Amino acid sequence: MNLLKVRGLNKRFGGLRAVGNVGFSVPQGAIKALIGPNGAGKTTLFNLVSGVLKPDSGTITFQGAEIQGRLPFQVARVGIARTFQHIRLFPKMSTLENIMIGRHVHSRAGFVSAMLSLPWTHREERAIRARALQIMDFLGIAELANSDAVSLAYGQQRIVELGRALACEPKLLLLDEPAAGLNMRETAEMAKLIERIRATGVTILLVEHDMALVMNISDEIVVLSYGEKIADDQPLAIQRNPEVIRVYLGENDA
Amino acid sequence: MNIELLCQYLIAGLTYGTIYAIVAIGFNIIYNTTGIINFAQGEFVMLGGMLAVTLDAFFPLPAAIAGAVIITMLAGALIEIGFIRWLKSPSVLRMVMITIGLSIVIKAAALAIWGEGVKSLPYFTGTAVTVISMGDVHVSPQILWVIGASGLIVALLTFFFNHTLLGRQMRACAANMDAARLCGIDAKNMVTLSFVLSAGIGALAGCVVCPITYVQYDSGTNLAIKGFTVAILGGLGNSTAAIAAGLMLGILESLSIWILPTAFKDVIAITILLLILFVRPSGIFGNAEAARLKEF
Amino acid sequence: MARAKYVQILLLAACVIVVQLAATAADKTQYLTQLTMAGYYSMVIIGLSLLMGYTGQISLGHAGFFAIGGYTSAFLTTYNLLPHKDAPAVTVLAQCGMLLSGKDLYDADILVVQPWAACIAAVLITLAVAYVIGRPVLKLKGHYLAMATLGFGTIVYKMVLGTSLVGAADGLSDIPAFQLFPGLSLSGKSSLRIQNYYIAWGLVIVGVTLLLNLIHSRVGRGLRAIHGAEDAANAMGVDTAAFKLRIFVVSAVYAALGGVFLTHFNGGIGPSEASIMKSVHYVAIVAIGGMANLWGALTMGVALNFLSLRGYFGSHDDSVFGLILVAVMLFAPEGIGSTGAPTMIRAWIKRLGAREEPAP
Repeated sequence: MNLLKVRGLNKRFGGLRAVGNVGFSVPQGAIKALIGPNGAGKTTLFNLVSGVLKPDSGTITFQGAEIQGRLPFQVARVGIARTFQHIRLFPKMSTLENIMIGRHVHSRAGFVSAMLSLPWTHREERAIRARALQIMDFLGIAELANSDAVSLAYGQQRIVELGRALACEPKLLLLDEPAAGLNMRETAEMAKLIERIRATGVTILLVEHDMALVMNISDEIVVLSYGEKIADDQPLAIQRNPEVIRVYLGENDA
Repeated sequence: MNIELLCQYLIAGLTYGTIYAIVAIGFNIIYNTTGIINFAQGEFVMLGGMLAVTLDAFFPLPAAIAGAVIITMLAGALIEIGFIRWLKSPSVLRMVMITIGLSIVIKAAALAIWGEGVKSLPYFTGTAVTVISMGDVHVSPQILWVIGASGLIVALLTFFFNHTLLGRQMRACAANMDAARLCGIDAKNMVTLSFVLSAGIGALAGCVVCPITYVQYDSGTNLAIKGFTVAILGGLGNSTAAIAAGLMLGILESLSIWILPTAFKDVIAITILLLILFVRPSGIFGNAEAARLKEF
Repeated sequence: MARAKYVQILLLAACVIVVQLAATAADKTQYLTQLTMAGYYSMVIIGLSLLMGYTGQISLGHAGFFAIGGYTSAFLTTYNLLPHKDAPAVTVLAQCGMLLSGKDLYDADILVVQPWAACIAAVLITLAVAYVIGRPVLKLKGHYLAMATLGFGTIVYKMVLGTSLVGAADGLSDIPAFQLFPGLSLSGKSSLRIQNYYIAWGLVIVGVTLLLNLIHSRVGRGLRAIHGAEDAANAMGVDTAAFKLRIFVVSAVYAALGGVFLTHFNGGIGPSEASIMKSVHYVAIVAIGGMANLWGALTMGVALNFLSLRGYFGSHDDSVFGLILVAVMLFAPEGIGSTGAPTMIRAWIKRLGAREEPAP
């Protein structure tokens, strides 16, 4: 069953066609990678799926319902969470609070009930806090709970952002270059983490440049070049695809 | 409403419109070079008028005006050096509040120095009742001074920015400050220069319009709002459009007296401002992407 | 953490009581009048502090909301409906018990709206205006937002200044007292001075409590997230546009309530309450108190307004606030609270509250 279906997606910026007639599917429970040279349109595609951008044409179907053109917070509510290429943690908030924000879609306390400090809002807060701590445990960063999020080491911040996205209990997780800026050891740990997350039932779509990571953990890979899809296959087939090699892998030792 | 009355209203509108346009150009020059909106812009106009009135008591009128413009330009430079220059990448919010605070302080100083009263300069040619008649339409020669001075300002600025080294350096700063610095342009001084220029043209505008509209310690605020409206209307940073936008606003305001009581005349400008901000912040002549390529 | 909140509120209540007792003992009860007024202005300031500090939105037109609240209740409680006694709308209002018969200054009969009904009307109108204006305004950023709010404030000012129905330049006066509960009357009578001092500060304490609850809730977290990284907050499911609008509306209602109550206390209201200078006063106070710092804003609000109302700044009132704004923005943009002493005081209070909490 395909969790996410992208069909005929197009996006132009003035004269530049960033995404041209792209279509692919992400099966439930899979780890699918999106690769391509710089400027191929990967981040634009991510931004289209997560609602930051509106496509000029085409459809994005999630669990059978069309979601293209919806705002980011609406996309989060249907069960898609994301991380960012350039880490976007909330400054002046602790790590725990950053992750607690992820629980926003699963909580209800609003302006009036919060101002009146109604009892059920306290119960909800405790539940939010407990769940956030649980996630930090799962990710192995529980001891960082009260640290100032933006003062953590880069690798730790990446994991916190991951935790924040997991707190949304997404069915689909969009990871935007999760290994960017990580050294080899951290990358290997990130790979293990991603697989553990998939094992809990979350489907994953990731953009990544680190070919070792991509070939290692992906079930399927989509290759973009100049906004168009040039391949959509399993890792071994992609490695042997002459078009992909010509455009991309030729310069890189996988 | 006959055609002569309509012409009078149109000419009045044009006159005020050119002043609004000059204030808008002042906004644009500073905005283009620094990204700052100088909320104290209106005060430069007020200072020009006030200083000219004071100097006029001691010197012949042309010298008084020149003196007023020069002193206001100095004030502009001092403001930039004292309050803006040493800030390290201030946030927009911070700059807004600083310039608002400065505008208040300048107003208070003006109140202390010149008092609450309304002041005016003598008409440059003739008196308050001299008229030039074109058929049945009568205009004061001062209006020609206003339009003439504004035209001169625009012409001089155009020449400055297009044909002098200094002007081109300022445009470079506006386009890309880091690149300009790398070319050896002293960005800091360009910023000061932008304040000096804005202050100067504001002061000159204040002097020429003073005989008609008089000047008071708080006449700056109204002008600032209208000047800003015009700047936004034409697209922030676009001074050619500001001229057209200024004339449009002036005429609209002038004709509005038909429909609204005069107490609400100022509301026209603000309503237009709000409408533009809500509907099309890049201005009617601007487009959002071009607005990012700041040019004079 | 939550306990610290209650300690702070209790401390505030204690201060309020101590000040009143001290003033009465020293026979300076006239100070209470200025403190009462300062309290109502503080309603604007604490709402604005949340708006500016927690979502980073600037409003140079909040005096406009104060005026909408004050003028609405002033107008409704002084406009004589007697000549329209038989109009259907009026009879409906009379049947709902919302009208009040009385005598005006010249001992003629008048029929006006009850103060409590006028208060509700003022809040509802403010809610409506804030929602309508807020939606487009909050899409703007930086100086566009500043100008839009400045424009809004100026429109309100020009409208009250130019409309004879609300007194034009003279404003409205002879506002009747507002009977809050039997025995508790909001009015300017000097015999009720102490009572009104507690009414004002009671309102402020309730207002502060509600806002503190908001700050320490899921919503407060969302607001801080919006301020920190709006796009990320959106991606995490926070409806940022709705949150920004709601906090704007909350701050507008706070300002309006301040306006309603102060109008009844002063017995009148004038266009100066809507002026841009007033809005700048509020912004300057929030800035110096530290924008995301409710207690800082409140302290500065009381202090500066008290000094201003007692005339310590003389005729230089405006320039003092202008200078404060410039100085704070130049040297301490995070507000005075970012310097040493307040941090230490806050840490002490936190420790007081934390003592009873079990270890995590």
